[in-house]
Amino acid sequence: MQQSNTYTLLFTAIVTIILGFMLSLAATSLKEQQDLNVALDIKKNILRSLGFSESDDEPWTQQNIQDIFERNIESFVIDKNGNKVLDMSVDNIIQTDQYPVYCSHTSGGVIDGYAIPISGKGLWSTLYGYIALEADGITVKGITFYKHGETPGLGGEVEKEWFTSNFVGKRIVDDNGKLVSIEIIKGEVDERSPEAYHQVDGISGATMTSKGLNAFLKTDLEKYEPFFQQIRKEGNS
Amino acid sequence: MSILSKKSKIVLTDPLMNNNPVTLQVLGICSALAVTVKVDTAIVMTVAVVFVLSMSNTIISLLRNLIPARVRIIVMLTIIASLVILTDQVLRAYMYDMSKQLSVFVGLIITNCIVMGRAEAFAMQNKPGKSFLDGLGNGLGYGIILIVVSIFREILGSGSLYGFQIIPSAFYEAGYVNNGLMVLSPGAFIILGLIIWAQRTITNVEED
Repeated sequence: MQQSNTYTLLFTAIVTIILGFMLSLAATSLKEQQDLNVALDIKKNILRSLGFSESDDEPWTQQNIQDIFERNIESFVIDKNGNKVLDMSVDNIIQTDQYPVYCSHTSGGVIDGYAIPISGKGLWSTLYGYIALEADGITVKGITFYKHGETPGLGGEVEKEWFTSNFVGKRIVDDNGKLVSIEIIKGEVDERSPEAYHQVDGISGATMTSKGLNAFLKTDLEKYEPFFQQIRKEGNS
Repeated sequence: MSILSKKSKIVLTDPLMNNNPVTLQVLGICSALAVTVKVDTAIVMTVAVVFVLSMSNTIISLLRNLIPARVRIIVMLTIIASLVILTDQVLRAYMYDMSKQLSVFVGLIITNCIVMGRAEAFAMQNKPGKSFLDGLGNGLGYGIILIVVSIFREILGSGSLYGFQIIPSAFYEAGYVNNGLMVLSPGAFIILGLIIWAQRTITNVEED
């Protein structure tokens, strides 16, 4: 049976409208819950980059993650010269030259790590994550990614522990105190190489993702460099 | 006296074993490899596919006399895609961690040949009730294979089952190591191949 063009057009239009309406309804009504999940996931990632992990006595649930976050993490805003901006919360940053910092402290109240957001282009998508440095402002404490659209199994491996754990203990500045960032290389890092202190193993099949990651890690660390320089100075004096 | 007539029963149970979409028609392999590292992801994926497949079959069957023949494939795809997006949205709202693990593979249900295949081959010719059972049967047939593969992969690859450690730590101390191959896609291929072999031997099928 061959239907007329008018019927075909009308039918497809009606189907599209009905389905479109249904989907927008679902998307709008679920949005609030989804946004909440994303916000909590970001908190989990900040905690994870700073070396916190879920334990059996205190599993991370929707209910208590907020609490754990507030108990352990302190946040403040810095400007492009690395100075703290007073009376400003990380949630209402509007200027592009102000950056958030999240820090964790020991039970004695001494700061033991700084986490900063990182984001930039990979191959297919923008990656979002956090990198945390130790209190010295030099050594990487951890790195996490919470959002990306890279190919699972290839670029998508950036969020896996085998990859992120390679960053831990690497240093972002050279012996002269110059920022060198962290470099993801092709293949495995030669531990005898003098450059090994800031290199991590690459992901095979994900050269473009690694390249993008190298680029935006550097840019983001440069933005925070004035701040970390102050930290390093304080540590030496 | 059973709830289902004999014919409907066959529609429901045939795809579970004798005409399994994965092992006999070899459809839906991509996602069967991707989501079977752990049992929990395989179960969620099964539920998602069963939902999409039975709903899409029912809806398409209801509309089967209205859908213009020339654009039927695109209409089917639109319906399937909407159901998949709906599933994805619900997972994002209520099972966020799971939806992150499944990543794109929920979205890729759209391209799962089983869904499209059942719509074109069954739902377009049969009544809604039967089409629903066909969708349910095929979804479960796909799911059974997924879960069986994931059970093997999780035990051999991670030493656990549904997240619980089942290989005792004494084994690891004695030098036992998890099989890394099982965590990767080739491991799934091997398991799947063995299942297809076993299943075809039992049901006695011969390729033409």
